[in-house]
Amino acid sequence: MRDLFLFLAGFLACTVEMVEALTIVLAVGVTRGWRSTLIGVGAATLTLAVIVGGLGPALTAIPISALRVFVGGLLLIFGLQWLRKAILRAGGVKARHDEDLIYQRQLAAAQAAGDQQRAGLDWYSFTVAFKGVVLEGLEVAFIVVTLGSNQHNVGLVALSAAVALVAVLAVGVAVHAPLSRVPENTMKFVVGVMLTTFGMFWGAEGAGVAWPGNDAAIFALLAFVLAVSLALVGILRRPASVVAP
Amino acid sequence: MKAFGRFWYDFIVGDDWTIAVGVVVALAVTAVLAHNGMPSAWWLLPVVVTIGLVWSVLRAAKRT
Repeated sequence: MRDLFLFLAGFLACTVEMVEALTIVLAVGVTRGWRSTLIGVGAATLTLAVIVGGLGPALTAIPISALRVFVGGLLLIFGLQWLRKAILRAGGVKARHDEDLIYQRQLAAAQAAGDQQRAGLDWYSFTVAFKGVVLEGLEVAFIVVTLGSNQHNVGLVALSAAVALVAVLAVGVAVHAPLSRVPENTMKFVVGVMLTTFGMFWGAEGAGVAWPGNDAAIFALLAFVLAVSLALVGILRRPASVVAP
Repeated sequence: MKAFGRFWYDFIVGDDWTIAVGVVVALAVTAVLAHNGMPSAWWLLPVVVTIGLVWSVLRAAKRT
């Protein structure tokens, strides 16, 4: 069951990041042509492979209890800020992530950009695609390495990322448009709840505590984090609730 | 290099650094308690995380 959660958390988180990368690549490719854009994507993929290839083995050299408290803490901090943003979005305090709007902005920027050629490439297309894929890809790499290394199961989370990549690419190629119908805000909420749960469980376990019920505590924690998050959304949605001094 | 550091800070810590500080302190206190005869101190992290999340969300809502 823990593996299923691990896979699901990895898949959802990676899908969200890949949808964001796809939006950037599509906007540049559609507007300025595919050659330089795809070369930028390829160069970014190679860069990511080098970074992950160096980072993965380095993490496995750390003792498991130190790794759990370090990675658990990182996941918890990271998960909490995802969850915080998702709660603020769901509560109507923060604007929702709108892939269509981001796509239109990228299109306008790509059309307005000058025509600069370097090394036989449309430099704008190359650099925007490279930067977009590297930045979103680093986030995917972080999720895969932290989630996977903690359970000594990087392969499973890497598989979830690969499935997410194939799914996003297949749908992206089929619709040839930003994946605005993917429920990104809901997915971020769910990922935030899951990462916060895993982070608390592994972090405390790494710090040396014994959870009551061992692995079963994950379900109780998950239910608790979800209940607190939904309660906060409910409070924020109440008119003039927390805005008053 | 500065931009690379900024990227990781924004990605991991995000808008509210106090949450990160709270997590680090709570983990450190948990470790101290667990290694000094209190392996049942599992409750500390959920309590601190809940207080930190509620406080951070309500503070952000007040600001807008």
